[in-house]
This record gives sequence, structure tokens and C-alpha cells, in this order.
Amino acid sequence: MASDRIFSLVCLITAVAYIAAATQIQTNPFSGEFLPKLFPLMIGGVAALCSLTIMFRPDPDPNWPPARTWGAMAVAVLVLCVYAVMITPLGFILPTAIAAGILSYQISPRVKPAILSGIGLSLGLFVLFKFALGLGNIVAYKVPTAAKLWDALTILIPFVGH
Amino acid sequence: MDILANLALGFSVALSPFTLFLAVCGCFLGTIIGALPGLGPSNGVAILIPITFTLGLDATSALVLMTAVYYGAMYGGRISSILLNIPGDEPALMTTLDGYPMAKQGRAGDALVLSGVASFVGALLATVGLMLLAPTLARVAFFFGPAEYFALYLLAFCTLGGMASNNQAKAALAACMGLGIAMIGVDSSSGLPRLTGGNLHLFDGIDFLVAIVGLFAIAEVFFFIESHGKGSSIGVKLDKVRIPWKDIMSTKWTMLRASGVGFVAGILPGAGASLGSFLAYMSEKSIAGEKGGFGTGVPKGVAAPEAGNNSAAGGALVPMLTLGVPGSGTTAVLLALLMTLNITPGPTLFTERADVVWGLIASLLIANFVLLLMNVPMVKIFVKILSVPAWVLLPGVTMISFVGIYSLSGSYFDLLLMVGFGVLGYVLRKLDVPTVPIILGILLGGKMEDALRRAMTLSDGDPTYLFSSPIAIGLWVAAIAGFVAPMFLRNILKKPQAVTD
Repeated sequence: MASDRIFSLVCLITAVAYIAAATQIQTNPFSGEFLPKLFPLMIGGVAALCSLTIMFRPDPDPNWPPARTWGAMAVAVLVLCVYAVMITPLGFILPTAIAAGILSYQISPRVKPAILSGIGLSLGLFVLFKFALGLGNIVAYKVPTAAKLWDALTILIPFVGH
Repeated sequence: MDILANLALGFSVALSPFTLFLAVCGCFLGTIIGALPGLGPSNGVAILIPITFTLGLDATSALVLMTAVYYGAMYGGRISSILLNIPGDEPALMTTLDGYPMAKQGRAGDALVLSGVASFVGALLATVGLMLLAPTLARVAFFFGPAEYFALYLLAFCTLGGMASNNQAKAALAACMGLGIAMIGVDSSSGLPRLTGGNLHLFDGIDFLVAIVGLFAIAEVFFFIESHGKGSSIGVKLDKVRIPWKDIMSTKWTMLRASGVGFVAGILPGAGASLGSFLAYMSEKSIAGEKGGFGTGVPKGVAAPEAGNNSAAGGALVPMLTLGVPGSGTTAVLLALLMTLNITPGPTLFTERADVVWGLIASLLIANFVLLLMNVPMVKIFVKILSVPAWVLLPGVTMISFVGIYSLSGSYFDLLLMVGFGVLGYVLRKLDVPTVPIILGILLGGKMEDALRRAMTLSDGDPTYLFSSPIAIGLWVAAIAGFVAPMFLRNILKKPQAVTD
């Protein structure tokens, strides 16, 4: 009940914001005033209608995981985000070993297998991509400078990065 | 004899030693992907698309490889359904109903071989059906104007929402999310950015591969973190594997009927393989009656959904190739593959790119035979692969997804977006919001809007133009019926619950 209500409220706000954004779409004489806005407005309208329907007829709540699992998932998301920005300055091997190790630990909390699977996956995939599939340009390893690392990290900090 | 000539063209494209090698590799890889719990056909194919793209294969080779993976994953899905009682994807749920009880009776080997043969029969008949029906439908599709196409896309979303989900409003909302995401980027006709919020990374729009891999593959990691990888160990031991001739002969009519039912269900745009295996199982259950013992581990209960499922997968290719409207989640991913290879499905595909279409059909036939030959003797190897622990498998899948998406544009932005889609996918699936309509929305959004715009331009802004031809009216009626009817039928057509120990 409550989950669906919150979800539909979020969707409703997003839909209204979407409609508002759609009315602001720039147009030029060649595309006409109305056509570029028509379909986005229709989508926003239907989405708002669906959100209202869910709000008034919510389904029973799903089984949400306990707080500790949420913590583990938050860590996983953070690790994946850092991995996403680090793959450019640091290359493939080191970030992959760390990220895969942490993910493995989150799924099954044992230290030794996690470290082993991190290192194994990183080296195994490197060999697979570089030598078997010839994608060496994507999985290259790099020596980073402090400035480049900081540059990459600032992407994740709102209003500081690019 | 047109078909034979076309088929000869197809085989001449698909039967080179290199493409045969690719087909065998794809079948092997696909069966593994399908067998691994948590990796279904949709996310398996989705992860491989960007990597295939980067390998620089030409269109035919890539298509042969990926269709082999696709069919292989459909075959492999039944291994985890039967041995572990874990369906790899939605359509495989029906196979667990009788497959798992049969495995518990010590007949796991029989169930695996029988389901393999049933898959083969279903897929083979569907491929033949595809050859016969698709060219005809392609000719009909020439009568489709913008109004008809708009109604057709609507029909796909409505039937998908109506049949494949439990709550129409949620399915429709999911479709709107996908369509809304598709609108982001530079508008093709005015050349001005739309809904980008001034972010330069969004000017190109959001690549559907990023969304597919995020929603399907990355979201799976969160589910495994939640369950701590439980339920990925071997549930039932597999001893000897023999060919159960008796069961195969006794289920031959079941397989044929189920293939027919599945194929028809697969053709309906948006309905797809889940409906195919469901209808095949339910119709066989009612034909067998109370004495049939469905649900207790009977061979017919294994053969029917597998034949139905695989034949629906083939049937779903009919609207996908001729009209560009996929019939299921996995066909949507296959459509994404075609679009990545710059092949636009539609009626003109059959006349302009005949080599691609018939090469695809020929490679489906080849993949089918390879899979049957591979699956019966090698089933033990695939069962071994099931014991790969989740704490190695899931990080590995994630890292491969990252490399694949990174290879698309080399930008961190796509990777962050993919993680975002992963979180979204987890929350949505928890809330019972289907994610397939989102994918379909992102894939079809641009075309649906194009159809609407062209219709409005042709009619000078008159909305009644959308209902001006008999075909369009028929599609609108079907769309509304497909969306509304399941609300009333839901109590009658109740989905059977999965077996629990």
C-alpha cells in the first residue's frame, strides 16, 4: 500500500515536470509550433493518469529487504559508480579487481573467496578481452596522475564536476 | 517454390564454415547463458550485443551468432527450471510445474532430454511457420500508412501491458517511462534539443543498450545481494542420461498442438513467449483432464510448455521482422541488435535485404539442429556449469556489462546511466512494475512519434485521420480489447503458482 502510494506520487511529480518541460520545447518554423511537443505531452498525460490510478488502487506492499541489505546495496551502487569513473584514468585491471571483489563480498560475505574472485575475474576477463577477442584498446591499463584521478572523482560530486 | 529459392539464398549466406563455427559457438554460449540462474535470454543477449558490435563482425555473421545465442538461451533456460526449480525467465515458469516434480522422482535426465526434443519440435515448426507467414504479412504491411503504424505500436504496448503483467496501470506507466526516455535528445525534424536539461551528454539521446543492460543485468546483481546468492546450488542430482523414446512418442501430439498454440500466441504483437507457454500448458491440461495428473511430474506437462515457449519465440519473429514490432522481451532485445547493425525491420526488409532475412531464417534452422545434437549428449556438461557460485558469476556479469557499454562510446556517462537503470530496475521489479515495456518504449518511441507526426502533417492536424481506415480501426479495437479484456479474464485464467518444496 504505502510503497505503491509513494511510488505513484514520485511518478506523478515526474510526469507533471515532464509535461512542464515539454511545453518549453524549442521549436522553429520548419518543424511547426505544435508537432515537437505533441507526443511528449501525450506521454506525460498518460503517465500522470496511470500514477493517479495506482495511487487510488495500490497493490499490497512487496517484501522489502532489511536495513542491513539496503546498506549493502548502497555500498554496491557506490562501488559501481566509482568504478564507472575510474575505468578511464586507471584502466581495466586494478579497478575491476577491487570492484568485483567488493561485489562478490556483498553477495556472499566471506573475505578470502571474495578477494580470489576479484583478482581471478579481473585477470581472466583481461586475458579474454585482450587476447581472445582483440579488444585491447578498451581494457588497456594506465598509470594515472593525481590530477586525473581527482578529475574523475569530481564527476560524482554534484556541482563540482563537469 | 519461391520459398525454396529464398531458402537456398539463405543457406548460401549462412552455411559458410565461418558462420557455422559462429553458430556452434553461439549455441554453446547461449545454452550456458540460459542455464545459469539469474541470466535469462534477454540479459544474456543484451550483454553480448555491444561486444559483438566491437568485434567488428559483418551484419550476417553478427546476426547468425546472436540468433544462435538467442535460441541457445531458450534451450538452456529449461535446465535450471527442471533441476533447480528456478525459471531463468518468465516463460520458463511453466516448465518448472511438471519438470521439477519429474526430476524429484529421479527422472531428471528423461525430463531434460524430453524438454530438449520438445523445444526442437516447437522451434522447428515455428521457423517453418515463419517462412510461410512472414512474406505474406510483409505484403500486407505495404498497406500500412502512418495512422496504421501508430495504432499498431499502440496495440503492442496494450497487449504487452494487458497480458504480461498483473496491473494494467503499472504496465502502461512503464511504457510511458520508456517512450518518455526515447523523446530525450535532438529532435530529428527540427534539429533542436528536447528534454535534455541542457546536458550535452543527453543530446545524442539515451542508447537503448544502456537501458537494457542496466535494467536486466545490473538489476540482477541487487537481487542476488538481497538473497545472498541462495538457491543457486544443485537441487536435484542427475544420474544417467538416456533417450526416453517412450515418452517422446507418447507426447508427439502434445508437442504438435502446443507448437501450434505457441506460434499463434507468439504472433500477437506484445504478447510473446510467456503467453505461448502458458496457453500451451493450460490447453494440454484441460485436454488431459483430471486423470492427466498435470502438476505431479508427467511427461506431457514438460513437453507442452517447452514446445509452446520455443514456438512462440519463433512466432514472435513474424511481427518483429515484417512490422518492426517485437512480441516479447527477448525479441525486443533482438530488435535492438538489428537496429545496432543498421538493419531496419519492416516490409521493405524482405525485398531490399532478402539475404539478411533468409540468412537469419537459415541460421535459425541451423541453430536448431546444432542445439538438438549438442543438448542430448552434452547435457551433463551444462549441468556442471550450473554449480558456478553466484559470488563469482554476478560480479563477472557486471564487469562484462561495463566493458560492453564502455566500448560503445568510451564515456563514463553511459556507465553511470547504466548503474542508474540498474537501481531503477530493482525498485520497479520489487514493485511489480514490468520492465519490458520500458525497453519496448525506448526502442519504438522514435518510430511511434514519427508515425504520429506524419499522420498529423498529412491530415493537417485532424485527429480523426488516425481512425480513417478499416485496418487502423481494427488495430485500435484490438488494442483496447487487449488492454481491457485481461482485467475481466484475470480471475478465470489464473496463473498456476510455482511448486514449492
